[in-house]
Amino acid sequence: MAKAEFETPKLSEHIEVPDLVEGTMEHITCFVAKPEHQEALGFPGEKVENWKEVAIDKMGDLLSRYRSFQVFMDACVKCGACTDKCHYFLGTQDPKNMPVGRQDLLRKVYRRYFTFAGKYFPKLVGAVDISEEIVDDWYSYFHQCSQCRRCSVFCPYGIDTAEISMAAREILDTIGIGQKYCNEIIGKVHKIGNNLGLPGPALADTLEGLEEDVYDETEVAVKYPLDVKGADILLVTPSADFFAEPHVDGLIGYGKVFHEAGVSWTMSTKASEAGNFGMFIGSYENMRRVSLRIREAALELGVKRIVFGECGHAWRIAYSFLNTLAGPFDFLDPDYPVPQHICEFTLNEIEQGTLEFDKSANDEMSITFHDSCNVARASRMGDAPGGQFEIPRQVIKAVVNNYHDMEWDTIHERTFCCGGGGGLLTDDLMEIRVKGAKPRMSAFKNVMEEKGVTHLAAICAICKSQFTKVFPYYGMDMFQIVSVHQLVSNAIVMNRKTPPEAAPDYDEDGDE
Amino acid sequence: MSSVYALLFIVATMVLVLGLARKIAQYAKTPAPLKIPTTPAPVTQFGVVLRMCREVMFFESLFKSTKWTWIFAWMFHFGLLLVLLRHLRYFIDPVWLPIRLIQPFGKYAAFAMIAGLAGLLIRRVFVDRVRYISAPSDYLWLLLLLVIGISGAAMTFVIHTDVVAVKRFFTGFWTFSGGDLPMDPILLTHLTMVVVLMLLLPVSKLLHIPGIFFSPTRNQVDDPRERRHLVEWAGKLEDS
Repeated sequence: MAKAEFETPKLSEHIEVPDLVEGTMEHITCFVAKPEHQEALGFPGEKVENWKEVAIDKMGDLLSRYRSFQVFMDACVKCGACTDKCHYFLGTQDPKNMPVGRQDLLRKVYRRYFTFAGKYFPKLVGAVDISEEIVDDWYSYFHQCSQCRRCSVFCPYGIDTAEISMAAREILDTIGIGQKYCNEIIGKVHKIGNNLGLPGPALADTLEGLEEDVYDETEVAVKYPLDVKGADILLVTPSADFFAEPHVDGLIGYGKVFHEAGVSWTMSTKASEAGNFGMFIGSYENMRRVSLRIREAALELGVKRIVFGECGHAWRIAYSFLNTLAGPFDFLDPDYPVPQHICEFTLNEIEQGTLEFDKSANDEMSITFHDSCNVARASRMGDAPGGQFEIPRQVIKAVVNNYHDMEWDTIHERTFCCGGGGGLLTDDLMEIRVKGAKPRMSAFKNVMEEKGVTHLAAICAICKSQFTKVFPYYGMDMFQIVSVHQLVSNAIVMNRKTPPEAAPDYDEDGDE
Repeated sequence: MSSVYALLFIVATMVLVLGLARKIAQYAKTPAPLKIPTTPAPVTQFGVVLRMCREVMFFESLFKSTKWTWIFAWMFHFGLLLVLLRHLRYFIDPVWLPIRLIQPFGKYAAFAMIAGLAGLLIRRVFVDRVRYISAPSDYLWLLLLLVIGISGAAMTFVIHTDVVAVKRFFTGFWTFSGGDLPMDPILLTHLTMVVVLMLLLPVSKLLHIPGIFFSPTRNQVDDPRERRHLVEWAGKLEDS
């Protein structure tokens, strides 16, 4: 698979709807999962012999188990409302990247095998037999969807292409053609506990290093505890927070907030991953298995609350699905929502006055906030609808002096995906990632030019990694992406000092 | 000939009612295992009812999306609603007061309906993105509805048909006792197309009519932290 040369799209002042150019992204194929990746998840290792039958059977099975899939297959009237809403279409001009164009790849087969009109008048309703070409199209284009749900905001029937791409990926997995990136990672979580395959000792080492760094910087012994039984709070955070930039600065921030709030908390080796790629491949069973680790960790450690770190799809699963997949959480403190977002926790402490900030610490930056899709359109924070927009912004505004939003039609529920979500954050999909980032980059560039914004803050590990990679393609600096709790970390005043006699001696400990 | 039409309408009504009932039962029976409302979403059941009302009556999401499609779609659907309500007078006797009151509006609503359909057709032909996603059936539906609308308006405003005979027919067709339909080509075209529509509705994209009410992204309450949502097949995984 030769890496295709591609041009980075030119940014325009407004987000323009391009003309159609068929087939511009047909060549995109991400690496196929190896047999061992497939089998670890309960899928066949290689393309099965009777794949046509198996695929149609699986489609029928999903139609009977998911009302969303069944209704969405039937209800589309081809009104075109979604056609200019997908960032991948806007960045590539490929009509199969229009939400309805993508859905129709599956719908035309659905109609052929499951509807009267498609069985007897296929040409009339655009129904086709399943074929090698169709399955190739599925593999290519359903891995060019970040499951961001922007289309579902604008569809008059609420048709959500994410649901359809999840179904398509599950069908592909079932016939033995999985995606390497997602399936390998899910295997690592099942086996080791996190997406990166970091074993417990490596994790403990990393956290000790963080404690040392924070002590050097603040002279306060902030703890980053791992597997501490009897702690009040279990923090579940994406594993990228343990070492990637700027993620780790966010993790440092959570620790400082917990320290100043005076709560006892811990992370867990078993649940050392907030992310859950089981959702990306549409597999309820795998998503459930990954989620159950969190329940087990909470029970083993005897915590009272669960708090999630900054991660978009993880928050969707935590907020919307965790109770279903791994509940009921009746063994936790009923006074707190299960789970809580770190932004909810921090804002609550801010409102109670336990945290003090020196906003000027962030004065060399001017901030805008990127609403991550899964937080914006698939979850909530706080008690009122839309809290997922307000709460992170309130946290940011409490710790910075310079804040400006991007254009109204590119934020909140209309936010544009970073281009790397939904299982696309892999180098073999770099072209679609760069092109799909175009609308977000345009809006960011505008607010940079018009308001002097310098940095983009986000609460999603995938967004942060994606921006770090794609900023340079658009002539920006990779350090222009920051974690929200990195801003908190910069500005927080550490009032709970460590007395000299309790000062840790990292030099000796560090050598162990 | 009139008995042929009586038979056609009996069959078409049964296909429509049973076909829709079958699909509605299928939608109702199919579980929605996960909470997937498109957020921000209402946090109470009453809020969901309001959201659904805004969606069904005003096409809220479509309004957010594209104003031209929204204007044409709303003109067509609202026009059709008034026209259908007005048509009740051909099936009931005495005619209910509200139906009598909307009669003047219902007559002119035909023009809104036709204009909306024409706008949607023009959009489908001339916007490259919409043209790309259109199958032959997508054009045919618009043409079918246009023929129904234009033939109906023609009888109201241009060449009247014998509506008294039409009403006699439709109040008695179930028992084949409605007498004769006027053998008027415009009327017969109108009725034939309506029969076609009724027969095809349950096997077509017109299933968006029941579909919207079952769409989980629109009809679910946003309360997953407060209430555990578990469907039967997912619950079975817990026992194993």
